[in-house]
Amino acid sequence: MTTAPAGTVRQVMSFRLRDRVRHWLDSEPVLAYLFMSPGWLILLLFMSYPFFLGIWISLTDRTVGLPSGEFVGLRNYTELFRDRTFHLTVINTFIYGFVTVPFKLFLGLLLALLLNQAFPMRNVLRAALLLPWIVPTALSSLAWLMLYDAVLSPFSWLLKNWGLIESNIAFLGTRTNAIISLCIANIWRGTPFFAVAILAGLQAVPQELHEAAAIEGANRVQRFFAVTLPVIKGIVVITTLFSIIWTFADFQLVYVLTKGGPANSTHIFGTYAWQIGIGGAGKLGIGAAISLYMFPVLAVLSAILLRYVRSQEA
Amino acid sequence: MAQVIYDHVTKRFDGVIAVNDLTLEVKDGEFLVLVGPSGCGKTTALRCLAGLEEVSSGDIIIGDRVVTHIPPKDRDIAMVFQNYALYPHMTVYENMAFGLKLRKMPKQEIDRRVKEVAEMLGIQDLLNRKPRQLSGGQRQRVALGRAIVREPQVFLMDEPLSNLDAKLRVQTRGELIKLQRRLGVTTIYVTHDQVEAMTMGHRIAVMNQGVLQQLDTPENLYDHPANLFVATFIGSPAMNIFPARVVTGEGAVRLVAGDVTLESPAEQRGRLAEYANREVLVGIRPEDLIVQPGQVGEDRHLRLPVEIVEPLGSETLVHLRGPVGTLIAKADPHVHFSPGELASVRVKIEHLHAFDPQTELALF
Amino acid sequence: MVGSNRLSSRLVLLYLPLALFTIFLLFPFYWMLIISLKPNNLLLNMKINPLYLTQFTLDHYRYLLSNTDFPRWALNTAIVTFGATFLSLTSSILMGYALGRFRFRGGNVAGTAIFLAYLIPPTLLFIPLSQVVARFGLYNTYWALIFTYPTFLIPFASWLLMGYFRTIPRELEECAMIDGASRFQAMWRIILPLALPGVLSAGIFSFTLSWNEFLYALVFMGSGEMKTIPVGTVSDLIRADLFQWGPLMAAAMLGSVPVAIAYMFFVDQYVSGLTAGAVKG
Ligand SMILES: Nc1ncnc2c1ncn2[C@@H]1O[C@H](COP(=O)(O)OP(=O)(O)O)[C@@H](O)[C@H]1O
Ligand SMILES: [Mg+2]
Repeated sequence: MTTAPAGTVRQVMSFRLRDRVRHWLDSEPVLAYLFMSPGWLILLLFMSYPFFLGIWISLTDRTVGLPSGEFVGLRNYTELFRDRTFHLTVINTFIYGFVTVPFKLFLGLLLALLLNQAFPMRNVLRAALLLPWIVPTALSSLAWLMLYDAVLSPFSWLLKNWGLIESNIAFLGTRTNAIISLCIANIWRGTPFFAVAILAGLQAVPQELHEAAAIEGANRVQRFFAVTLPVIKGIVVITTLFSIIWTFADFQLVYVLTKGGPANSTHIFGTYAWQIGIGGAGKLGIGAAISLYMFPVLAVLSAILLRYVRSQEA
Repeated sequence: MAQVIYDHVTKRFDGVIAVNDLTLEVKDGEFLVLVGPSGCGKTTALRCLAGLEEVSSGDIIIGDRVVTHIPPKDRDIAMVFQNYALYPHMTVYENMAFGLKLRKMPKQEIDRRVKEVAEMLGIQDLLNRKPRQLSGGQRQRVALGRAIVREPQVFLMDEPLSNLDAKLRVQTRGELIKLQRRLGVTTIYVTHDQVEAMTMGHRIAVMNQGVLQQLDTPENLYDHPANLFVATFIGSPAMNIFPARVVTGEGAVRLVAGDVTLESPAEQRGRLAEYANREVLVGIRPEDLIVQPGQVGEDRHLRLPVEIVEPLGSETLVHLRGPVGTLIAKADPHVHFSPGELASVRVKIEHLHAFDPQTELALF
Repeated sequence: MVGSNRLSSRLVLLYLPLALFTIFLLFPFYWMLIISLKPNNLLLNMKINPLYLTQFTLDHYRYLLSNTDFPRWALNTAIVTFGATFLSLTSSILMGYALGRFRFRGGNVAGTAIFLAYLIPPTLLFIPLSQVVARFGLYNTYWALIFTYPTFLIPFASWLLMGYFRTIPRELEECAMIDGASRFQAMWRIILPLALPGVLSAGIFSFTLSWNEFLYALVFMGSGEMKTIPVGTVSDLIRADLFQWGPLMAAAMLGSVPVAIAYMFFVDQYVSGLTAGAVKG
């Protein structure tokens, strides 16, 4: 009998195996998963895991001092029903998240339309006016904190100087004043974002359309509704949804300006969760529950946004 | 330089069979044109050869190496893409030198080769430009040059002329032929344009729906199409096809279509007799219908009414109302035809084709 | 007549509203600047107009840099920012490349998941995340932020880069691979250079978002000398309602300058990133 030497056969086979592994590694699906793995690893460890851990913690009476905690079911959630501060928190968050949006949208649209005109130094101004959105909010909020100061506020000084008021305004001293002040600072921060996003949309409006509409005798306002608005509608909707989500889940501005005060009357979800879960008593369970109360609203908004983005792509 | 073999190559995309059991041998130094209608699998066949698509089954051989599972970079081929795929961030020089640099060729050698090829293609003045500063024709040359400097075993070209305007296309076609004959590199050229196929290839492979229909020289493909698809795809205007009944008797075999009767070519009688009393599809090329205006001509000529006249300058196309559907004939441009009149038509019986109506394969 | 008419209408319809917007949007920065330069004796004097600067001093900046931990906070912020940006950018280039260029089962699902991850705010996660950070032993270390910032940077940057990679024709890469490049060489020498504007956008965005982040820094590095600029300024320079406005505004200025500079250099990348990431999706 003549057979090939065993060594040769094995060599051939091992060569094939190595080739196959290389080959397998070079296929698109395998590479795709390989490429995505660092990103997904980080997101799994520091996003998915804490998300589910948060649900668990919210069902326990875990505190900072007692990290194990006992399972308490939905007690944290139901107790919040009876918490007056939490009621205010819910109301504040909706005011802060939703009432500011029409202002940001209107001012942003107006600013975008202005910036879409030709005038000297347009790009410089566009860059400068985006600053409120760029710089650290915690730091710009400090400027607002002083602008709202009970003694040093230049607004109070000006109004007194003009004889419009007798004594300084307590911008952050009462719940109503504080919430209005917070909303104004938020509008200040968010308007440039709307403006720049809408401006990008405006620049995509074909000039020929405007010219065609002008030839047909449409005036500026008619042209805006007939030509401009349909083109920027997608951007406007998406920007608005993003803005609502971010504002709804904000933290810094309120933390710096009022820390939830006076008398815990201006908290939003983020700051109240921080105060209960980390800052004061360290009641992690209740803190986590407060955060998770945001989830249904965020989920609905995200679903709308996702559907809208999908329909824009198609 | 090398031969290329497709050995029972099949490529499936989920659901679609793009290339179906393709077996094809390209000879060393040959210019082979792969032609077929859009979507028939030409590009896919070429990409399988390049290694850009994994074959579902079968083998591909370049030279004497089985390259089926070898990555593109080790196949020693060069490809010219339809959109040229020039690297936008590199100059023409860098584009051409890219492949050589990757192979760690010495700088002077790279420089020598790039300049030589640039000169050959007349793009030596463009070497420092970026692709976006070039015209369509110049880009096409750079893409070609980038393939040539590599001195690969095989050139692959996927419709490289289809983005050029008509005049430039004809001119470049001629230059490409000369270049390939001079370099002698095995070339596989994909096009959907049968004129390009006929003028450029040593041999032509006709594909349809992923299946190779026929592989032959341009002359043979034209004169002896293997099936109905090839017969109608090659040639412009297309071959006239009409059904006819085979009638035998009195020692003769005839083809009867409507009120027209044609004598079978003498040497094909035996083959046709097998279809006695059945239908076959008869094919005749426009230039094999000799038309003259009016009633002149002999008795055995057909008399058919003229429907449309298309003067093309070098020839005139005459649309005739045939026994079954329209027949197109090529006529002398200096002879005048008028729609509505009768024309006398002589059929060059010796150039008749016939196809089996079921299999569509050529009987002759 | 027509000319002056147009000028006055431009004045009312364009320049006046623009001026009002400019005042509204930039006044807080003007205020920040003058307070940071105003001597203390003038600051509290209510007799004089607070909106002007009649004398100026760099005392507040000097105090900030020598008598507080501000330099250390700046170092912390820089380390965390560069670390998180680097980590996010490398993971996002790979992720965006996979999502934008490879055909594979689950590609759409992965893209959607990334988009949704972008919408999950830190306020939803910070309490359990503080437990995770503690469990991994990262509490009060740079790693606490270098690993957690990517949770909002990677979704954003991947989404942005995916769009960029999609615009680059496939043939370029395929041609490179036929020319003799491995897949990685083709990526490195052809695709990445062409995606550079996108990488720059993603980078500048990651840089500003990391520099500005507040909540995670407050919770995971909020004690001792590991604070970042925003956290340190807000929690250490405000002591028991005793506001040192001068140094506070000086810190706000200095803390804003790096992002403002980075942003001024790359306005166009920033804006295209903002519109691509936030608006197109
Ligand atoms: N990546 C792919 N995925 C799915 N189907 C494909 C893919 N590439 C090509 N096909 C299909 O394969 C067939 C052949 O395509 P192609 O080779 O591009 O044809 P041609 O180049 O002859 O026009 C077509 O039906 C096409 O839709
Ligand atoms: Mg094709």
